[in-house]
Amino acid sequence: MELQPSHYPARRAAGVASACINYRRGGPNRVLALSNVRRAQLQGHAVNCTAEVLYHLGSQHSAPEVHFTVEGELGKNPDEADNKFYSRIKSLQEPLVAQNIPDSFGIVPPEMEPIRHLAFSACDYIIWQNSTENTWYNLAQIRDVRQVRRNDDYLEFDYTVLLHDFVSQEIIPWQMQVLWHPQHGVKVTQNSRQPKQED
Amino acid sequence: MPSDQAARSQASIKEQLLRHQVLRISMANEAQVEKMRELETMDHLQLDFWVSPSHPERPVDVRVPFTSLQAVKVFLEQNNIQYFILIKDLQRLVDDEKAQMVRQRSRALSVETFNYATYHTLNEIYDFMDLLVAERPNLVSKIEIGYSSEGLPLNVLKFSTGGPNRPAIWIDTGIHSREWVTQATGVWFAKKIISDYGKDESLTAILDKMDIFLEIITNPDGFVFTHTQNRMWRKTRSINAGSSCRGVDPNRNWDAGFGGLGSSRNPCSETYHGPHANSEPEVKAIVDFVKQHGNIKAFISIHSYSQLLLYPYGYTKTPVPNQKELDSIATAAVTALSSLYGTSYRYGSIITTIYQASGGTIDWTYNQGIKYSFTFELRDAGRYGFMLPANQIIPTAQETWKALMVIMEHARDHPY
Repeated sequence: MELQPSHYPARRAAGVASACINYRRGGPNRVLALSNVRRAQLQGHAVNCTAEVLYHLGSQHSAPEVHFTVEGELGKNPDEADNKFYSRIKSLQEPLVAQNIPDSFGIVPPEMEPIRHLAFSACDYIIWQNSTENTWYNLAQIRDVRQVRRNDDYLEFDYTVLLHDFVSQEIIPWQMQVLWHPQHGVKVTQNSRQPKQED
Repeated sequence: MPSDQAARSQASIKEQLLRHQVLRISMANEAQVEKMRELETMDHLQLDFWVSPSHPERPVDVRVPFTSLQAVKVFLEQNNIQYFILIKDLQRLVDDEKAQMVRQRSRALSVETFNYATYHTLNEIYDFMDLLVAERPNLVSKIEIGYSSEGLPLNVLKFSTGGPNRPAIWIDTGIHSREWVTQATGVWFAKKIISDYGKDESLTAILDKMDIFLEIITNPDGFVFTHTQNRMWRKTRSINAGSSCRGVDPNRNWDAGFGGLGSSRNPCSETYHGPHANSEPEVKAIVDFVKQHGNIKAFISIHSYSQLLLYPYGYTKTPVPNQKELDSIATAAVTALSSLYGTSYRYGSIITTIYQASGGTIDWTYNQGIKYSFTFELRDAGRYGFMLPANQIIPTAQETWKALMVIMEHARDHPY
């Protein structure tokens, strides 16, 4: 059955595909975002991408399956920006701590941009794993992030993010433990949904 | 001679701020907040409150002219209110780069100097409305259509060039309080209308036949809450009987498919429809206004985010009778919008384009016979979402205005 590209079912599925792809290929200096239902956009270069999204129906929720092919090379080699970010964080005296990114006014301090991109990538794992035909998630804000010091080569961050589900309009706090390495990419080692803020 | 004049006006600016001080005042409790509000009403002191007294946690900054300094300090000391001098001599600031900050932060003295490229508080926007009316009383007036749950006035600007009850266009922004770019674009629209009347042929033609009503802060309680407590607050702030959760989704509270699928009966939910249709004073005020007016021909309700232009219905799959017409208006509007910065919008009926939603604003207005009923979802597509950076306010407002003009022109040229 053909889906209308301008109607929401196609749009939501594309969001899931985009999430999966950004989790696999995103990082502190690279964000893949849905441009329109025929393309995925890599930091300003439009890249053609075909994806198949299979929602598993049934009582037990399991993550939608995504099979994708991307035209051309996204470039997996760690670039200069990644290495710079890595060195900067490794050499911090105190572990990095920050809140409210972006702030109420949409401001992101420039040195926090890689932290934010990393959050997009890691968040997209959570979005991909928890999506259904009746959800449409976006990362609304990083409520707080703290670096966790490690003895090995990885950088580790403990994030609490706010996800916005467009369908229910709910803001859902979510905790996630994120590892990153310039060569090995992003990994979410632990994540848990948090209780809603009571007002 | 020109340089002489320049020197003279520089000197007069300096005199105005010479030895003015800015005091930062900390209130220890509600009683002190009350005292500060008293001070605010003493017009003869010519105080300029940069931050209005609201509650004990929030210090208040006040610019005090030299001649009032002693009186103010005595007042504060008599009432045991703590303060310190934030800026000792404002005139010195004018001379250095901080002058920019002062001009941005202090109350705008005119519609011209108001900063449209930043997010404002409720007080700042309400003051702006009064400035607008004061500057163009023959074109703009302010109507209070009711009060919010917490007693804030619901203000609507009326742009009119005459006539007892001309056919009218209604625009509202900020019905969902966290959608900050919408209130900000509403402020910009107000300025745009008064700037363009008499200059832009098409807008002038619109206002020569029709009135425009603009409600900039449609949900004031929620808006204040996003500034003081929770930036992500969406709903009203009404108290829900038997629940610790507050607020009703004002875009599910209208009498069109009320309580159906696409709204929630859980008071803690973001899409809680409320105990019954029009339970929210913010909604009822508009309903009463629309019914009383009886001559509204186009109704546009503005939200963010996700870059969509939508027409009814949200509560049912049945297409509206003039779906083809609405769709072609939407096509033209979206084309005009994207001509400015390339921003891409999708469009269609609510139920096919976004989701099923019942009790929505434009479903009700359409069923009242207002056949040009539209909803916008402004920038962006999800990257910043509700926290859109302020430097996107003006571009968003400019492109959205182009789309609004298409809709308003159509209403003007197709009277019914």
